[in-house]
Amino acid sequence: MVEAKFQPGDRVKVMKAYPLGHIRTPYYIRGCSGVVERICGAFPNPEELAQMRSGLPAQPLYRVRFSQAEVWPDYRGGRGDTIDVEIFQHWLDKE
Amino acid sequence: MSELGKYAPLTYFQLMEVSLRELLVEKGVVSNAEVDAVAADMKSRGPERGARVVARAWTDPAYKRRLLADGTAACEELGLDVPALRLVVVENTPEVHNVIVCTLCSCYPRMLLGLPPDWYKSSNYRKRVVREPRAVLAEFGTRIPDSVTIRVHDSTADMRYMVLPMRPAGTEGWSEERLAGIVTRDSMVGVALAQAS
Repeated sequence: MVEAKFQPGDRVKVMKAYPLGHIRTPYYIRGCSGVVERICGAFPNPEELAQMRSGLPAQPLYRVRFSQAEVWPDYRGGRGDTIDVEIFQHWLDKE
Repeated sequence: MSELGKYAPLTYFQLMEVSLRELLVEKGVVSNAEVDAVAADMKSRGPERGARVVARAWTDPAYKRRLLADGTAACEELGLDVPALRLVVVENTPEVHNVIVCTLCSCYPRMLLGLPPDWYKSSNYRKRVVREPRAVLAEFGTRIPDSVTIRVHDSTADMRYMVLPMRPAGTEGWSEERLAGIVTRDSMVGVALAQAS
């Protein structure tokens, strides 16, 4: 299991990368910054599982909370509205 | 599967499902009986399972705390197995309204709500609820005032989400069973509110 690098409350930035394959990081959130809401645990890397490999060592998985107004420049709604997305550690950088 | 209604050709994905299933059966990986048993099990589970969890949380504050801290363990307490998945329960309050989506595919808390409705799997819902949740909720007849924060939860990986709706006014003194009767599937996805009716 890969050690968790981030803690709840940490500001993180999602990598802006476009590799091929089975990627569980949605396009719309790549390049966005948010705050770690919780550590979900560690799970086999789905990008590896999709290639029939073990996905081990397990990657820490986080729920990261983003401000909707930052994700969508034309967002219409409350300034406090958020979107929470589960993101694996190897997609996150410290901000 | 029994054929009812008028004939329609199989769609691409239906054809792929039939082809794969027949191959697996032919090669002895699974039997038709096993496939039927799993399909029957999936169909036998419905939103009344989630409704039991919500009604218990509405009537037992200690249970609610445990449910919000560890959804999977709290379901197991009620004898509901939630195999291989971590359940995160998010609570609606007068200040916060939660709604669930899976933008990448159609992840859904099947163990508590049964099979997902077609709209949940539609590209329209999946694309729009993340960027204009208030407009999408309004289409369901759910108008959330701007003063209430909306939290969208995109189930992109190993968690599954269920919304704990607010207990409606006018249900004081109701039994857990009666309360469970007003907890709808849509209120546990977050596109509707639980209503006393």
